Amino acid sequence: MKSLKRRLLWVAVGAAMLAAAVAGGATAQAPVVKIGLLATLEGPFAAGGQDGMRGAELAVKERGGMVAGRKIEIIKASSDAKPDVAVNATRKLVEQDKVDIMVGPLSGSEGIAVKNYSKTQPNTTFINGSSGAQATTLVDPSPNFFRFNTEGAQWMVGLGDYAYKTKNYKKMALIAEDYAFPYSQVQGFMTEYCRLGGRVTHKAWVPLGGKDYSSVIAKLPTDVDALLVVLGGADAVNFLTQYEQAGGNKPMVGGSITVDQTVLNFKGKRRESLLGTPSAGPIADRYEGADWKKFVAAYKENFKDGFPSPSLFAYVYYINMKAALDGLDAVKGDLSGGQAKYREALKTLKLKTPTGEVTLDENRQAIGNTFVTEVAKAADGEFYNKVVKLVPGVNQRLGMSKADFDKVGLGSRDVPNCP
Amino acid sequence: MLGVPVVAFTVWGLADNAKLFLSTAMNGLTLAALYFLVASGFTLVFGLMRNVNLAHGSLYLLGAYVGYVVGEWTGSWLLAVAAGFGSAALFGLVLQVAVFRFMHGEDLRQTLVTIGLSIMMADALLWMFGGEIYQFDPPRAIFGRTTLPIVEIYPTYRLVLLAMSAAIGVLLWWFLNRTRVGMMIRAGVDDRGMLAAAGVNVQFVFAVTFAIGAGLAGFAGVVGGTALSIAPGEDTRYQLASLVVVIVGGMGSVVGAAIGAILIGVAEQFGLAYAPTYSVVFTFVIMALVLAFRPQGILGRRT
Amino acid sequence: MSAADWRKAMNAGAGRYAWNAGAAGRRVTTHPSPRPSPLRGEGEVAAGAWARWIGRRVGARHVLVLLAVLIYPWVATPFFTYQIGAQSLALGLIALSLTFLAGYGGMVSLAQMTVAGIAGYMYAIFATSGTTEISLRWPWGLAVVLALVIATVCGTLIGWFSVRTEGIYTIMITLAIGVAFYYLAQQNYSLFNGFQGFQSVMTPAVGSVELRAPMTFYYLALFWSLAGYFFVAYLLRAPFGVALQGIRDNPRRMSALGFNVTAHRVAAYAVAGAIAAVGGILMVWYNGLVSPGSVGTSWLINILIIAVLGGMRHPIGPFVGAIVFVLLQNFAVDLVGRERFNLLIGGVFLVIVLFSTDGLLGWWAQGRRYVQGQFHRGPGAALTQRRGQ
Repeated sequence: MKSLKRRLLWVAVGAAMLAAAVAGGATAQAPVVKIGLLATLEGPFAAGGQDGMRGAELAVKERGGMVAGRKIEIIKASSDAKPDVAVNATRKLVEQDKVDIMVGPLSGSEGIAVKNYSKTQPNTTFINGSSGAQATTLVDPSPNFFRFNTEGAQWMVGLGDYAYKTKNYKKMALIAEDYAFPYSQVQGFMTEYCRLGGRVTHKAWVPLGGKDYSSVIAKLPTDVDALLVVLGGADAVNFLTQYEQAGGNKPMVGGSITVDQTVLNFKGKRRESLLGTPSAGPIADRYEGADWKKFVAAYKENFKDGFPSPSLFAYVYYINMKAALDGLDAVKGDLSGGQAKYREALKTLKLKTPTGEVTLDENRQAIGNTFVTEVAKAADGEFYNKVVKLVPGVNQRLGMSKADFDKVGLGSRDVPNCP
Repeated sequence: MLGVPVVAFTVWGLADNAKLFLSTAMNGLTLAALYFLVASGFTLVFGLMRNVNLAHGSLYLLGAYVGYVVGEWTGSWLLAVAAGFGSAALFGLVLQVAVFRFMHGEDLRQTLVTIGLSIMMADALLWMFGGEIYQFDPPRAIFGRTTLPIVEIYPTYRLVLLAMSAAIGVLLWWFLNRTRVGMMIRAGVDDRGMLAAAGVNVQFVFAVTFAIGAGLAGFAGVVGGTALSIAPGEDTRYQLASLVVVIVGGMGSVVGAAIGAILIGVAEQFGLAYAPTYSVVFTFVIMALVLAFRPQGILGRRT
Repeated sequence: MSAADWRKAMNAGAGRYAWNAGAAGRRVTTHPSPRPSPLRGEGEVAAGAWARWIGRRVGARHVLVLLAVLIYPWVATPFFTYQIGAQSLALGLIALSLTFLAGYGGMVSLAQMTVAGIAGYMYAIFATSGTTEISLRWPWGLAVVLALVIATVCGTLIGWFSVRTEGIYTIMITLAIGVAFYYLAQQNYSLFNGFQGFQSVMTPAVGSVELRAPMTFYYLALFWSLAGYFFVAYLLRAPFGVALQGIRDNPRRMSALGFNVTAHRVAAYAVAGAIAAVGGILMVWYNGLVSPGSVGTSWLINILIIAVLGGMRHPIGPFVGAIVFVLLQNFAVDLVGRERFNLLIGGVFLVIVLFSTDGLLGWWAQGRRYVQGQFHRGPGAALTQRRGQ
């Protein structure tokens, strides 16, 4: 009798478990797709990193958190612009949290380190965040690292031509910070400028972190037509203030982050003399394109605590995350077989971005548009970057053939040179 | 021995491009003025209380941010300066009375506490104020340009900075040498035990000293931030600068801090002008030379 | 004066805290332990003597810990083995050099990570890396030896600069030296490849065994950590280590006794440099890269945090601190939001410095004393408590 009761008990338990399994199975959906998101949230780049995350989240929000019938789960991580920290954070996301796709990192040298790590994880797809070093895709590229944003050198294509022909600056002096990103920006500018016959007679490479430009300014030659200033944010503001105080009056040509919104909005009478400064980059604040206006509106609506207008970082993270999701759509969420089909889809993806179409070259680097801009004053008195030229289809070799570009090499202190 | 290359370089520089040489020299002096402001507080605190305050740079940044907020709120730059001094001094006073007082004699422990504090403060300030740059809005009178012989145009504010530093230096000297509290501080630097034995309220003297040292850092934060803007990372920069200046000039000596500041400031600017790639390393080379030949610093005393 | 009397005298001035000139740390025993000499007597007697010696020294907890670290990779995931386990061991080794210098030599050097970084850089320059213009592609064994030698020499040099000043001054000087090297590495492109540093540094393979594989690398790191630990433990009981502790407690007296204080201190820096160099090679293999960021201010301070977190009273301290640090670094995201990691680590550090006499080991000792006190209630309890240190 006891054994019968016990047997009945076991059958009941078994039945219950079976029922639960069936019920669970019936309500089970397609598995969640996990995407890791890495940005620099510590240190001086923190504001940019935060905005980058906003951009990525916007891309997810636009699809309502679902792609190809699968729910999207974002797992965030942070680094502090150091490559070893970035790799540790990525490793945790990939090996511990088991993400399917990785989006990040933010800064150049981190990007190279993450690209090297991606070679050891052939079954995960890595998509760039905003890192813009040339070497990431030009030197030893990784088959599963994709970059849908253009990099520093590409951002300056078209500006050299504009400075030489339209603005008539035949001789220039350069002030830039002494590390990889400005090297690439200068290469992007000077390749064109030197070819047209322009000369950069003086190059002042300021050590990273230097805030005092007084001696650099004192050494600037007086016989140049304009200054090429490739400094970012706070350094640009400092330089402009100190330059004005030292009595400088040469016009300037700015790098991609030299006359962005943070610089244009600081107080001080130097602002007036910024009017007309040409610059170039992947975005322009008040570009009239319909897609761009939609993007800005969506950003402003979703992020009341964000910047007045999406920054470079927000935009670049947005298009990279959008690419990740568009690719998933293309393969209907099929990440099986070591994600081989997914990667094929990414390679051939024609990405629709707010600033135009982006395709990838053979190193999985983006070919996209660059805007040449000039600082102008709007009707409401606000300063902004007006688009004067759109340069389509800029590739990483800056229009040169592979052989020619390899002969020149990547940007550095002395490359290119036309004194 | 050192004089010969320096004189040779001066002669060459003047002959080559007098304007550049002199303006670099002026830049060096004015940068030295800023370094002196920051380092004097640091050396004062160490000299008397043997406390290597590695949160000194964070106090600089704290004063700068508070000064900025007050400046925005009231529209007055002078009030911002006062607020920078006051807030940092208050913070320093609280630190001394609430924390360091109980760690008397434990030098390393105090330093470790300041390290922990500096990490926390840097992150807290980053959290509150974000990574953006902040600029002050000083009165037009001191923020334009002046004409000088040979150098032609020179930023007025840097000259104002130089004048302010000199004034503070004189004030400090007067305070240390002509007031009772100053006398007690000097006595304490020489021999803490005797000071206590003489019936002086040593804790009071310590509190005053720490407050002044911290206040100087905050004051420098506003004044320096006006010249060079405030951003995260400035705290480490000025902390390291103070460290090097005080190592070179000698611990506990305000005059030493002045000399060290001049050496380091001038070296840095000349490096930037004539050999920009390794300009930062020059200052450390000077420090290494001083350490090799006179480890206690130029005006330091062997403890 | 017998050796025992001398040692007692050296330790007389020791204060309560591990950070004072006199550390209550690892007290040198007042009676020399009779080490069994295999030369004396027959094999059986010698073996018995060894067994007794080991039995006296090695406690249950030592065996447990050793077993735990040996078995760890078999029970942990590759991620935990590599990123948590191996990284803790490598960082712990570098922090061990700092504990040796600070806890037992009384010299807090913030330049240990610099020495480790120099070793990493030298290895990258001599061996194979992605920066083909600079890397020499020599055989990895040669590269390792050269890197270790150069880094140790640099460590000794740093020591030479730092020892002429006393106490707290050393922190300042070594921090400044560390930062100087950071700027040098960042600005120089011909040797250090500047801002980018060396990427794709090849971790070697011994025959067909890839050292980069998580389990292999873990055991490699474990081997060197154990070697470092036992070496430091041995050195501290050897005449050199005892003299060093004497110099920490009272340099004037030691000098009067005829010891060359400066030479001992510089030698201590050399030893610490060698240990840090080994840790540096492990780190460059772990990361597969070395850049100025690896030797910047934050890493210099992180090593100090690790050493203090763990406790400077015993060579196991830095490893304990490293494990806590690495766990926090990896899982703070899930706790408090990675952006505020620095606030968290600063806070933890501050709490430990303020409320513990010697980091986590100090709390452990306090806890043990309290528990033992609970079990030894009686008239002799107070006496036992005080003597049991």
